[in-house]
Amino acid sequence: MDLTLSREQEMARGLFREFAEREVKPLAQQIDEEERFPRETVEKMARLGFLGIPIPREYGGQGCDELTYLLCVEELAKVCATTAVLLSAHVSLACGTILKHGTEVQKQRFLVPLAKGEKLGAFALTEPNAGTDASAQQTRAVLDGDDYVIDGSKIFITNGKEADIYIVFAMTDRSKGTKGITAFIVEKGTPGFTFGSKEKKMGIRGSSTYEICFSGCRVPKENRLGDEGKGFGIAMQALDGGRMGIAAQATGIAAGALDRTIAYVKQRRQFGKPLSKFQNTQFQIAEMATRVQAAELLVFKAAQAKQTQKRYSVEASMAKMFASATAVDVTARCVQLHGGYGYTREYEVERMMRDAKVTEIYEGTSEVQKMVVAGALL
Amino acid sequence: MNIIVCIKQVPDTTEVRIDPKTGTLVREGVPSIMNPDDKAGLEAALRLKDALGAHVTALTMGPPQAETVLREAMAMGADAAVLVTDRAFGGADTIATSTTLAAAIRTMDFDLIITGRQAIDGDTAQVGPQVAEFLKIPSVAYAEGIQLEEGGKSLLVHRRFEDRSHVVRVKLPCLVTALSELNAPRYMTPGGIFEAWREREIRVLKRADLPELRDDEIGLKGSPTRVAKSFPKAMKPAGTVKAGLSADEAADEITSCLQAHFVL
Repeated sequence: MDLTLSREQEMARGLFREFAEREVKPLAQQIDEEERFPRETVEKMARLGFLGIPIPREYGGQGCDELTYLLCVEELAKVCATTAVLLSAHVSLACGTILKHGTEVQKQRFLVPLAKGEKLGAFALTEPNAGTDASAQQTRAVLDGDDYVIDGSKIFITNGKEADIYIVFAMTDRSKGTKGITAFIVEKGTPGFTFGSKEKKMGIRGSSTYEICFSGCRVPKENRLGDEGKGFGIAMQALDGGRMGIAAQATGIAAGALDRTIAYVKQRRQFGKPLSKFQNTQFQIAEMATRVQAAELLVFKAAQAKQTQKRYSVEASMAKMFASATAVDVTARCVQLHGGYGYTREYEVERMMRDAKVTEIYEGTSEVQKMVVAGALL
Repeated sequence: MNIIVCIKQVPDTTEVRIDPKTGTLVREGVPSIMNPDDKAGLEAALRLKDALGAHVTALTMGPPQAETVLREAMAMGADAAVLVTDRAFGGADTIATSTTLAAAIRTMDFDLIITGRQAIDGDTAQVGPQVAEFLKIPSVAYAEGIQLEEGGKSLLVHRRFEDRSHVVRVKLPCLVTALSELNAPRYMTPGGIFEAWREREIRVLKRADLPELRDDEIGLKGSPTRVAKSFPKAMKPAGTVKAGLSADEAADEITSCLQAHFVL
């Protein structure tokens, strides 16, 4: 078994690292402070093909593999978790879902501009009363002539308002429960589709998280993604992919915080010597580095499973559960090693600790990941 | 138009340390990169290609692992890549290197050759102009701007010196050495990287492919240069700037400073 990256993956990782350091890192503190969506970064990433890394070339993508895309998310997250999640939501949830379930016409019309980066994607499943229990969808879609008429609202939508193309889930037959849920592709600007309030969040504050509302929103029949009643399965499969993106993001946050902390403890002196000379520091660094590597290997394993297996829910859930716990644990320890400075916004570990928490919550809480893993074992 | 860009794989000297005992570079664990001046030269060639259409070939001489910089060049947009590699070429100084590169270039079509000004591992700035000498074509060093003129018959090159600039018109074919200040090289694309590794060929030239070369003009044998000693550069403190003084005041200032340091 070979756990090393291929030469092309290694070179791509170098590219992502250089891009992250030069283009993304300088903005990270500022967009957090201002709660501003980094549109300029999206445009730069679009020009370089980052918005379609694992999408086949015939659909406007770069034709790389899943792991290469995840390496991009991880490298971005090392410097800016906001930039990492906007990419993950776009690629895994929007592009990935149309690639897997869209018709050829839908792929040409929606996936090609998404993969080329001409348009940005989002995914709208969560509702005020349908979070972890995603089956409790209240949004309705009723067929009326050649259109579906959608009514309802979705919350916590990553890339909300900034995205052009939304994958939206709605009940087409309430009597059938999860088998009554259907997926749709809805474009920004469709009459009856509006944006509600923007969330004020603890972390990933540059990420544009919105409530989106539908009121008599008419969506043509040809925008239905998959068959009627197949929406729940589509959503769950999308989340399997999305969870790998979040696992990569969480790994990146932890690795980024650790990098900064290693640099810090080597120069910060107390009691006449650098912090790095204290055994407590050494043990903390050793434990954190081991956890980060373990998280990364679970991401690699999940990526490999996605390339080679039909189902990869368990691998994706394990990677997300472990990587997000690692991000929360490692960033908190990094703040602790920074002492008082780590609690100030002058040091990036402060932001990273706030950014880390959401990785245990979105795209399935850690508890949901445990349900998935246990469900497969018991 | 055919453009050849000579590139070199170098250790990232921002991460290199000098062994204080032996005075040699500690290269272990140091990443290899495309030499920055060469990368600017490649970017200049790719911009000419974007604007006017050109065929860009990246050329390097080095050990087999120098393949990586050629793949990088192709991922940035180079159309072809040539690797000159053979044990017989090993240990070459600048004259043996330029002799070998010139022989390789004679097997190729070209209108313009671009090299970097100098490599960050050797800093000689000799290879580019020497290649031009061996090929008997004009060369312009230190380019910070390149424009094609007269429908592709000549180049207008802005060359920069420490205290002045020259604008030189030069007929093609010619060789230009590029400063990293020439431009900001583009990023590779992920798809470009995959294509470069998985679908593109590199033409390899071995000793036997360049029969015109004599054994005594290549490799270690063809290299008259011997390194007498290498040592880390002593750190110089930042100087002091005194502005707004008259000539007399400035003279007094300098005199008293030299006296304070017991030079006068």
